[in-house]
Amino acid sequence: MNLTVLAVDDSRTMRDMIRLALVQAGFTVHVAEDGINGLEVLEGLEPDAIITDINMPRMDGFGFIDAVRAQDDHRATPILVLTTESAPELKMRARNAGATGWIVKPFDPIKLVKALQMVAG
Amino acid sequence: MSDPMDPMAEIRASFFIECEELLEALQDGLNQLEDGGEDTETINVVFRAVHSIKGGAGAFGLEALVRFAHRYETVLDEVRSNRLVPDHEALKLFFQAADHLSDLVRACRDDQPLPEETSAALLDELDKLLGDQTEEEVQPQDFTPLGVSLDLPGLSDLDDAADGSDPIPCWTIHFKPAFELYETGNEPQMLLRNLCALGEAEVSCDIGELPGLLDLKPETPHLAWTIRLTADVDEAEIRAVFEFVEGLCRLDITRDADPAAAPEAAAPAPMPDAAAEPGDPRPATPSPAPEAAPKAGSAGNSSKSVVRVDLERIERLVNLVGELVINQAMLSQSLESAGLSPHSDAMNGLEEFQRLTRDIQDSVMMIRAQPVKSLFQRMSRIVREASAAVGKEVRLITDGENTEVDKTVIERLADPLTHMIRNAVDHGLETAEARKASGKTEEGHVRLTAAHRSGRVVIEVADDGGGIDRQKVLETAVRKGLVPSDAVLSDTEIDNLLFLPGFSTAGKVSNLSGRGVGMDVVKTAIQQLGGRISIASERHRGTTFTISLPLTLAVLDGMVVDVAGETLVLPLNVVVETLSLSSEDVQMLRPGANVVRVRGGFVPIYDLGAMLGYRPVRTDFTGCIVLLISLDDGHRAALVIDGIQDQRQVVIKGLDDSFYRAPGIAAATILGDGQIALILDPADIIAGNGPIRVPDRSLKEKRADHG
Repeated sequence: MNLTVLAVDDSRTMRDMIRLALVQAGFTVHVAEDGINGLEVLEGLEPDAIITDINMPRMDGFGFIDAVRAQDDHRATPILVLTTESAPELKMRARNAGATGWIVKPFDPIKLVKALQMVAG
Repeated sequence: MSDPMDPMAEIRASFFIECEELLEALQDGLNQLEDGGEDTETINVVFRAVHSIKGGAGAFGLEALVRFAHRYETVLDEVRSNRLVPDHEALKLFFQAADHLSDLVRACRDDQPLPEETSAALLDELDKLLGDQTEEEVQPQDFTPLGVSLDLPGLSDLDDAADGSDPIPCWTIHFKPAFELYETGNEPQMLLRNLCALGEAEVSCDIGELPGLLDLKPETPHLAWTIRLTADVDEAEIRAVFEFVEGLCRLDITRDADPAAAPEAAAPAPMPDAAAEPGDPRPATPSPAPEAAPKAGSAGNSSKSVVRVDLERIERLVNLVGELVINQAMLSQSLESAGLSPHSDAMNGLEEFQRLTRDIQDSVMMIRAQPVKSLFQRMSRIVREASAAVGKEVRLITDGENTEVDKTVIERLADPLTHMIRNAVDHGLETAEARKASGKTEEGHVRLTAAHRSGRVVIEVADDGGGIDRQKVLETAVRKGLVPSDAVLSDTEIDNLLFLPGFSTAGKVSNLSGRGVGMDVVKTAIQQLGGRISIASERHRGTTFTISLPLTLAVLDGMVVDVAGETLVLPLNVVVETLSLSSEDVQMLRPGANVVRVRGGFVPIYDLGAMLGYRPVRTDFTGCIVLLISLDDGHRAALVIDGIQDQRQVVIKGLDDSFYRAPGIAAATILGDGQIALILDPADIIAGNGPIRVPDRSLKEKRADHG
């Protein structure tokens, strides 16, 4: 199924890898390099799911999720958080900010696709 | 891995490029921290740089890199959250860790053996900063959201059931979402569908709590589900489906004791009931869709999008553009000789062509240009290492990091510059005690600057040390037989002795700069780049080495002149003006040494024809044309020529490969008519032929150096 995904990460490598994994799975991928840029790209876009990093310049992942959830259109858009830490408190923080789920970096492309399908169909 | 078609190899390569950028940001950030930058964003940038390197390294399984970056990151996180205030020593360690991180990155990139010992030592140091906190090792954790086996569940399950050997477990799952489940964008429908994908499922919706329409609050969850799942999975796999909603729902999972229930449920699957509305169960693994999605256009937002190009291709382009310039020159020459009117279409078109050629040339040169920043950062590392080796506190101050220079020049500057920086730290700066005694700060300063100046790049290495001990230099030179013992040398000439092969001032050879490489090697390296190096030194104040380089190694704006029937090219940027001499302009100081009066000042005259050996020395300069040139060091000179042909761009063709380095000759070029002309290096000519200076033996020594 063709999902449209917005991926926000400040690392070009990570963006490339996400894009590669998802394009191979037939997804449409939009990328942004930080929270602010992510909100700009989100404008006029109706992604089936959003992936975001936490540590980013200008606006971090928590701020980005907050801002996305504040938009009526995206109250229920699934948001997956990319995190290197598997520490429970970070997951909780992400969830409190409104994240749907999380993906622990380094991610396996197949699992990333699967996780997206899990939350976004 | 080297397969160019492999997209992962591409990304891996771009990861290492990104690493270089991150390492640069890391260096910058640390420098700012060192300068007492209170900005919280600075430590964030530093942290993120290490964090991103770790993230990427994890993706490529570079475990040593991940391990080191993780520990480094942990310490930085302490700083970030104000639990640790880095002192001078800690910052020094951060710099070392950054250096080591870049070593690791490069070792990983080039598949070189990793410097494990340094890693271990630095990790220990970092741990000390953390104090007693014990840090768990990071395990590259796998994310296991779904325990889906790749077999089609239905088929294999049925087979198993038929065998009857191992009855498929049957689970009953009660699932009641809480408000927060919806708030975080989770969707029961998805969860149920994922659950159905595990095996045969029967889903029923419990609408018992659903109030009447009047009392219904649309955002309050009322529904609950009961799922009877027959699947060869364990409880953990079922829980994994609910991983994201753990704590956001009530979830009871029980295994049915009665295996008899299995066949019932395993009967040709009644699709889960409408309340869950799962649609058609999709295959558990995504089928790679051939209709690849269009790439996002938003990538264009990135201000620094980069294309990697093989350097060879650029070289080819540069050469082709060089040919284009020559071709264009030939064309304009033949059109001119065809006697076309300057207002004809052909001539107008040619003018446009000329402009385009120049634009193309500039653009191509820009591709090769890089800021010297990366080079400077390498030097700051050299300073750190060198100062640690000789036990001096040294601070490197850099300026003009964004000055752009041809990539080849940058690469070939690294070695000579390294040597000069080491020299500055080792020999240039005094010991802390000596500095204190002479009223200086204990911390020595080395200043590294780059700037564009009159079409060239000028790089300076300056220290605030003791300056050159000229007495000692002269003694050494005499002892080594480089100059006669009765030589009388000016300060500049003594300073220049440092560049003689076989000269080394260090009374004792330290393990740092005394490696048998002298300043003569530095000078040769600079000259091979078409550059010059000079020294200015003041006792007790310090020494400054100035390197002046051409912006590019490929083209030159030149003035084409005639000398004794030969066509020569001079770099246009040194030419200040042209004069026609009359007899009263010229004053003879003594035979062979003349000066010309220019605007109230006197400028020495150099007879190019004689200096290059084309003809005997002139005695009468009346009616001659001279080019007044001004050099980087502020010296002015008047070069006598016979005539000026043109100003034009010429393509530089190196001679060093085929010939020896001729004094005064920088390179050659091919002119529009196919004729070959030599490109002169005026500063070199004048340095080698000083009619004004005292012609003693030391001068011959210097000339030998150029030869």
